[in-house]
Amino acid sequence: MPLVLPPTVLGFYFLITFSPNSWLSGLLNDWFDLKLVFSFPGLVIASVIYSLPFMVHPVQSELSSLLTSLREASLVMGKSKRTTLFKVLLPNIKPSLLTGFVLTFAHTVGEFGVVLMIGGNIPGKTKVASIAIYDEVEALNYGNANQYSLILFAITFTILLLVYMVNRNEIKRWWK
Amino acid sequence: MIEITLHKTLNGQKGKMNLDLDFKVNQNQITALYGPSGAGKTTAFRIISGLLMPEKGKIIVNGETWLDTSKKIVLTPKERKIAYVFQDYALFPNMNVENNILFAAGKNPDMNKVKELIETFHLSDLKNQKPQNLSGGQQQRVALARALIQEPNLLLLDEPLAALDNEICVRLQDFLLEIQERYALSILLVSHDIAEIHKLAKHVLHIQEGSIVKSGRPVEVFTGKVSENHLNVYAKILFIDTSRKQITVLVNQERLFSMY
Repeated sequence: MPLVLPPTVLGFYFLITFSPNSWLSGLLNDWFDLKLVFSFPGLVIASVIYSLPFMVHPVQSELSSLLTSLREASLVMGKSKRTTLFKVLLPNIKPSLLTGFVLTFAHTVGEFGVVLMIGGNIPGKTKVASIAIYDEVEALNYGNANQYSLILFAITFTILLLVYMVNRNEIKRWWK
Repeated sequence: MIEITLHKTLNGQKGKMNLDLDFKVNQNQITALYGPSGAGKTTAFRIISGLLMPEKGKIIVNGETWLDTSKKIVLTPKERKIAYVFQDYALFPNMNVENNILFAAGKNPDMNKVKELIETFHLSDLKNQKPQNLSGGQQQRVALARALIQEPNLLLLDEPLAALDNEICVRLQDFLLEIQERYALSILLVSHDIAEIHKLAKHVLHIQEGSIVKSGRPVEVFTGKVSENHLNVYAKILFIDTSRKQITVLVNQERLFSMY
């Protein structure tokens, strides 16, 4: 669902679910002293749920394309499911894990609707880069907006470049 | 003695099929499972190794009960002391040859045994290589070494030589016989190759649509009668045509036809 639902709709439902009057919010507040609306932890949780499909999809498709015999061979050797996952399956889908990580990161960095709804754009607390750019443009401070945009652009480009190099073993070759 | 009784309903190519196997074979020998694709041979292996549960079944190896559904005894693959060489070898691509063997060896591996197997299987020069950089024959040797480090009571080989060319296949058959004798292994081998079965197996089970239709020595199963006279010929059997009572063999690269 998070993949197809408009971010503002998802953010709205988060806002309702975590609002101070809801039972879940009361439970979290009583047990863990956790307030999720207009707070950084709430913003992180909402972003995780919103971006989860971008991590799950590449990992899931790569895991299902791995040979079944690899998993079965490990199990016949007496290895537990956990050992099989961490020592055999995950190390063999490293590129997909990395791709999933980058897609999720890029998706979260550029997120607007969900974080605005649940975070509320509180300076120094829940104001994120993409909203800051929007604020600066609205205040006609194009210089600042340009600066923020360039920083985001540089970060995302560097990460993409690193992923590309890691997946093609370029870094190892460089190192040698 | 290895005693196996299995019953499982399978969804085969022609709809539902019952896998009903009941056989006893001797230890320390190679027993072949022969039959067309979809006959249930690999499923039987998956049940014997503990990867799949049958509806009913009993597996006793060297007097130890691995499975008895009537008494609700089900040993895990680890408790069964079994090794399985898959048709695609299932070597872990993230580990080199030595680490593949060490991973199978368990937490406190006997390094002398690891070293011995690496030497026996002529893998010393390849031990740091990743499986994807090895040839089919080399991968096969790694898969066998990885199986033997587990010191199995029963070794399952699922068409281990099917993907290899003829020359390497013949060499590895010799090697397999040598290894079987050296380690006194009990082996169940799935094979479609009659010549291979004649060469390797002491006993063969001919399986069709989930049932054993014939069992015995290869010569009995494939020819229908036991020859009383013996002739020592080193030849590769290419084909046995029971309807025309004709065996086609290859001796010194020449094809010979022989009636019997």
